[in-house]
Amino acid sequence: MRLTQGQFSFLPDLSDDQIKAQIEYAVQNGWAVNVEFTDDPHPRNTYWEMWDLPMFDLRDPAGALLEVNNCRKAYPNHYIRVTAFDNSRGWETPRMSFIVNRPKEEPGFRLDRQEVDSRAIRYTIHSYATDKPAGDRYQ
Amino acid sequence: MSQAISGEERYKSGVIPYKKMGYWEPDYQVKDTDIIALFRITPQEGVDPEEAAAAVAGESSTATWTVVWTDRLTACELYRAKAYRVDPVPNTGPGTKVDQQYFAYIAYDLDLFEPGSIANLTASIIGNVFGFKAVKGLRLEDMRIPVAYLKTFQGPATGVVVERERLDKFGRPLLGATTKPKLGLSGRNYGRVVYEALKGGLDFVKDDENINSQPFMHWRDRYLYCMEAVNRASAATGEVKGHYLNVTAGTMEEMYERAEFAKSLGSVIIMIDLVIGYTAIQSMAKWARKNDMILHLHRAGNSTYSRQKNHGMNFRVICKWMRMAGVDHIHAGTVVGKLEGDPLMIKGFYDTLRETRTEQSLEHGLFFDQDWASLNKVMPVASGGIHAGQMHQLLTYLGEDVVLQFGGGTIGHPMGIQAGATANRVALEAMVQARNEGVDIWNEGPKVLDKAAKWCQPLQMALETWKDITFNYASTDTPDFVPTPETTV
Repeated sequence: MRLTQGQFSFLPDLSDDQIKAQIEYAVQNGWAVNVEFTDDPHPRNTYWEMWDLPMFDLRDPAGALLEVNNCRKAYPNHYIRVTAFDNSRGWETPRMSFIVNRPKEEPGFRLDRQEVDSRAIRYTIHSYATDKPAGDRYQ
Repeated sequence: MSQAISGEERYKSGVIPYKKMGYWEPDYQVKDTDIIALFRITPQEGVDPEEAAAAVAGESSTATWTVVWTDRLTACELYRAKAYRVDPVPNTGPGTKVDQQYFAYIAYDLDLFEPGSIANLTASIIGNVFGFKAVKGLRLEDMRIPVAYLKTFQGPATGVVVERERLDKFGRPLLGATTKPKLGLSGRNYGRVVYEALKGGLDFVKDDENINSQPFMHWRDRYLYCMEAVNRASAATGEVKGHYLNVTAGTMEEMYERAEFAKSLGSVIIMIDLVIGYTAIQSMAKWARKNDMILHLHRAGNSTYSRQKNHGMNFRVICKWMRMAGVDHIHAGTVVGKLEGDPLMIKGFYDTLRETRTEQSLEHGLFFDQDWASLNKVMPVASGGIHAGQMHQLLTYLGEDVVLQFGGGTIGHPMGIQAGATANRVALEAMVQARNEGVDIWNEGPKVLDKAAKWCQPLQMALETWKDITFNYASTDTPDFVPTPETTV
């Protein structure tokens, strides 16, 4: 399967130039870019690991792309995303989020159903990758 | 100048013009805490505009048709609404096809209204006056709601910011579709449409306004099958997905029962129809805040009173009331689709729903500066006759914080529902990407779509199927003012 979180997952994987152009858009808007990675892509896994702090003072998009590539080198088979944070009043939240790296194989998720009272079912989404301990996934 | 008479003369039994009763006060200094209503008035023959405005002020506040001595037991000068300004509406009256109309500005003291009650506010402002004989037509065009009054309302249960955080979806409009046919599908068949559309790439699918609990599909059945579809699609894509389960019913008790069931099944969103009424909407908004639920509102019924220019009320006022009442989504027009919508007017609605503060902007129909006092933002929903080929226009007109709902434009796709959904999602992501890269999408949009269609066959089919579909009818609700360097109004 292809994980379709993030704002550009239905497009072909972005090239470095395309990533840089999106970072530039974020920087022009005054948003702080952050690189995050995970080996647990569950849709409710909000807190991916931070590669570093958000780049609040960054002016040159090439610097952020460098960090993307450093993160890719360290975690070539993880999910990596770029998030842009807006600190203006009324927002104070991410304004962009897109995936820039994926594992070679994406095993996806299993849907577990627990039949409860009447015909109701409790659903749980299980990330196959998490069957293995952190660090051993996506080898 | 005020023509009010005072003292003993004012309270002699009998009938005196509203103007003289103190409802026309052209020198009145509007207070920051006043609620202001702007009415479009078409007076009856022989009624002068100030008297008509005073009559509207009177009938929407303290007055009755005759003098009553019991006024003198109260601080009645405070409680009287005051018409303080009357302007002729441009392009009406002699030499035009319509009767002379006037914009009347009326100020109401804060203490005329119960805190936190849309029902009470509207019982005054639109309660009796619209059937008043002294006016041929009356339309509530806009309101200025003071911060002091806004702070007595909860506002949107979730709001745009938290909705996006909960859904983990940023940087692009959300995509939805309404299940079609809107009536007649069994629960099992209905859920099929939901699953296909969500798996294909949509974020939300939606019940239609009139899908409640009918003989062909009772509500529990629909909820169970829809949640199976939602969870299956979520597992297939790794995304949070949702289906707006319409909880509209005949009584509050039934609505709460349906909402509780939706919650127990893990739905992220429920929906209600505008026709349930303001109090029911506020109750559901409180329920939604308490239960971490996004609340979608379908504006069913609004066109019965919002579409004609001479009588009723402007939809922007509904937008204001609904933001106060506390809904998270509201259908607010598409500009390019099949339903009513002038681009400038719709910008006014969208700004009203989404901005933390709006400035007066007559060309967008916004007559007042409005500070939203930190009430959450409402996500507008664009629905009705839109398709992937219009993506550049939709993004330009409506911006990023909107749910684009392609019902027919998803389900009617020649390759099936999943393909229809994928076409829309690819078109959307390609357009956002291009816009962010600095492409002039208004002009280059069709090229962006064609380029993406080269590698995405569903998009290519969508563009071919609907390429010539447009809805070019003149709007009935249009701006009264054209932009000029200096406004004189």
